[in-house]
Amino acid sequence: MNTQQDPETDGQQPVETSKQPYLSSPSIPDHDGRSDSSEGERPPLPPRPNTLSLLSDETGSRTALQAEATTAISRTDIETQSPEAADSAYSTLAVRGLGQGPKARASLSQLASPRGSEAGDSASIRSSIPNGDPGEVEALFMDFASTAPGSQRQGATGLLDFPEFAADDIDDDGILSEFEAVGELNEEGDNEGLLLQRWKAKRKHYVILSAAGKPIWTRHGDGGLISGYVGVIQTIISFYEDANDHLRGFSAGDTRFVVLTRGSLHLVAISRMMESDNQLRLQLEALYMQILSTLTLPSLTHLFSVRPSTDLSRPLQGSETLLSSLADSFTRGSPSTLLSALECLKIRKQHRHAINNALLKTKASSLLYGLLVAGGRLVSVVRPKKHSLHPGDLQLLFNMVFEADGVKAGGGESWIPVCLPGFNSSGYLYMYVSFLDIRDDIENSAEITKDESVAIVLISPDKEAFFEMQAMRDALVEQMERNGSLKEIKTAIDIGRPATTDIVPGTVLHHFLYKSRANVQFTMSSYAPEFSSVTRRRRLMSMYNNLHASIHAKNTHVKVHHCVSRSATSFGWVTPVFELYCIADPNTNRNALAQSASKIAQWVQREEERLFIIGGAVF
Amino acid sequence: MSEAASANAPKPSSSVKLVLLGEAAVGKSSLVLRFVNNDFQENKEPTIGAAFLTQKCSLPTRTIKFEIWDTAGQERFASLAPMYYRNAQAALVVYDVTKPSSLTKAKHWVAELQRQASPGIVIALVGNKLDLTNDGGDVSEAAGAAQDESESAQNGEEGAGEEDEVQDAVSGDARKVSTREATGYAEEEGLLFFETSAKTGTNVVDVFTAIANAIPESSLKTGRGTGAGTGQTSLGNRSAEDSRVNLGDRNAATAKEGCAC
Ligand SMILES: Nc1nc2c(ncn2[C@@H]2O[C@H](COP(=O)(O)OP(=O)(O)OP(=O)(O)O)[C@@H](O)[C@H]2O)c(=O)[nH]1
Ligand SMILES: [Mg+2]
Repeated sequence: MNTQQDPETDGQQPVETSKQPYLSSPSIPDHDGRSDSSEGERPPLPPRPNTLSLLSDETGSRTALQAEATTAISRTDIETQSPEAADSAYSTLAVRGLGQGPKARASLSQLASPRGSEAGDSASIRSSIPNGDPGEVEALFMDFASTAPGSQRQGATGLLDFPEFAADDIDDDGILSEFEAVGELNEEGDNEGLLLQRWKAKRKHYVILSAAGKPIWTRHGDGGLISGYVGVIQTIISFYEDANDHLRGFSAGDTRFVVLTRGSLHLVAISRMMESDNQLRLQLEALYMQILSTLTLPSLTHLFSVRPSTDLSRPLQGSETLLSSLADSFTRGSPSTLLSALECLKIRKQHRHAINNALLKTKASSLLYGLLVAGGRLVSVVRPKKHSLHPGDLQLLFNMVFEADGVKAGGGESWIPVCLPGFNSSGYLYMYVSFLDIRDDIENSAEITKDESVAIVLISPDKEAFFEMQAMRDALVEQMERNGSLKEIKTAIDIGRPATTDIVPGTVLHHFLYKSRANVQFTMSSYAPEFSSVTRRRRLMSMYNNLHASIHAKNTHVKVHHCVSRSATSFGWVTPVFELYCIADPNTNRNALAQSASKIAQWVQREEERLFIIGGAVF
Repeated sequence: MSEAASANAPKPSSSVKLVLLGEAAVGKSSLVLRFVNNDFQENKEPTIGAAFLTQKCSLPTRTIKFEIWDTAGQERFASLAPMYYRNAQAALVVYDVTKPSSLTKAKHWVAELQRQASPGIVIALVGNKLDLTNDGGDVSEAAGAAQDESESAQNGEEGAGEEDEVQDAVSGDARKVSTREATGYAEEEGLLFFETSAKTGTNVVDVFTAIANAIPESSLKTGRGTGAGTGQTSLGNRSAEDSRVNLGDRNAATAKEGCAC
């Protein structure tokens, strides 16, 4: 087992505390010589606004980011990029930091490249943007294209037809069994071996334990079954703590362990999937937020200060399903978590305006936030001027409302105490949830899928405000029925996300993710038809995870990243305004790729006010 | 059945505020799901916070619209309970016949209701999951034990006496709380008593009908008209009138400002 200490990237620990050099698994051939490896640092993600700007007051600084033209943005990038930066960027491009196994690396290193000798770099091919005159977008990419090596692949097949990463070498059944319970010990205890075998077969584990070593929650297997393993984790973590050091992650074979410590809690992610440490860490942060959301920070702190050996699983009782559904959405692959951004329902500006007005008109006096959400996509928000909403809080709410069954299966309206840690981690708010049936045929309402369900979520600090919120909901629905908004929402849901070819006819792109950095929102093309199955979707997300990790690797000032592999071509483009990630067939011509990407970016800019909530309703 | 479909001639209609209380996982939500949608889910997720549902129940002389608070049984939500039972006219205190600790918890709830809820509150003690016992394996109506029929229901099939039930002697019988013990307690405290199965539907509607009948006429506020809805909260059949009834009541009770239209 190789351990790796990672200094806190947020600066709490100086870099020098990293006493051990990074050691890769010995079975991995010649990938270790990358210049960055010895630093032993995990690449931090770029700074992100932690509030939705539409819901934030500090618009001043952000308006500066509004793009007029893509080229203008590119120029800024290019001019700030020094040759040294470009060099170091180049050397850190490989998939470092991802918990991939030897097989994954092997498949990546099969990539043909004129720089085949630089094995680490062969995995991904980056062209640094020239320092000269950026010129037209197309010209820029043309330049880029000319420096990239040929991409002809031997035995290339269709898009993501086979797993690019060993971690994804799994079929639909395999992925579905990932979410199945391992089962319980029988009375004789003679099935322990079988259960442990099932437990070890899982590709992804989350373990939350207290500093005292008590298991608090595990995604798979109960505390009794795996207490031995939890003990080992606890021992390893405390070994470093005793030395006044923080263990941030380590590898064992093809498995990556990432540790996040928050107060008296250790959160551990164990992954054999294509995810970087930072991506795993974000997932652990979200789980921690869920715990705070259930307990609030003061009561969590209090519990442990009174009794360090507190068994937290009791106070958390009932929120296990929330933790599990959150964890499973990460395992299935969540663009929202990857990008730390929210998705909105695409509707016309005037329709969104009408909904905003309905929200403002019907606003109850004790309302804090009002949200209209269609299948996890935000339709409209109303909020007080001085309070912004945090994407992390919304992620928790959406998970509770749309992913976990507890609320939806209740059948009626719900009234739920929640702490929104991003808003205020020390107290509860009260959330009213009502699902709307906006379909004409009410009989088969059971068939309404997650993506089609529409919820009104009204949040108040007053725990007695249920009937007030209910009255607001009724008034709001009446308004939206009268001004046709409900019909518009229904239409927008029916239309769904556009296919890439709807946006750019004949495009080579099969899928894209676009994040508007200023709005902290993202948009994407439809999964269907190519990425409808769990397996394909998981492979797609692995491609994105890989692309995202490479482009955000520490010290790289990469703006464009092009990765060719046997089953797909992926392409990332980052500017101060947006991040665009696209997937195309292997063998895709780079000019076509670049042209399509810039057309997508132009399309988003044209449709910005339909795709994103800009401003929102403020009172 | 409880659907108000039979209302050719308009009957007076009144609403009854009802709260369900009881330990986690005893089947509160399942009882409500059976009553409102005549449905059952094998693996129902725990309720978070509380759910509010409505359902009409037709009596010979009037229609009762239940406004139901299905509360979460988990300990961490217990402090919110007073909010839900404070104005309730009826309470369903549920335990699980296969789990003795849940009856203890039910007794605590009964005591709290008697201390803190409105004095006239109608309380029904409900032992759920009857299907897991020998006298509930059959869907026959006789399996359930209403207050005054409990004796005969006992001897329903296989002659499973209470002694056997308590000792879990008969194979396949998971009963851990005897009907006699629960009836005795219910009689002492003046509660309605039923054993139910949300899974098979045994006795579920009966509980709600019995409650509807037990609410004194005097405490029934008559609503306007009979309404045509089935009480689901879907858009199609939720009339603005319904909500106005709620609004009025609640505004009076909490002295809160109404909707800020
Ligand atoms: N066999 C059987 N199982 C039942 C019955 N009623 C409920 N269950 C099961 O018991 C479990 C808990 O039921 P719920 O209705 O969620 O219990 P609850 O009282 O609402 O639980 P909380 O919301 O956590 O307070 C579920 O898995 C149900 O399927 C019943 O009558 N018979
Ligand atoms: Mg429940």
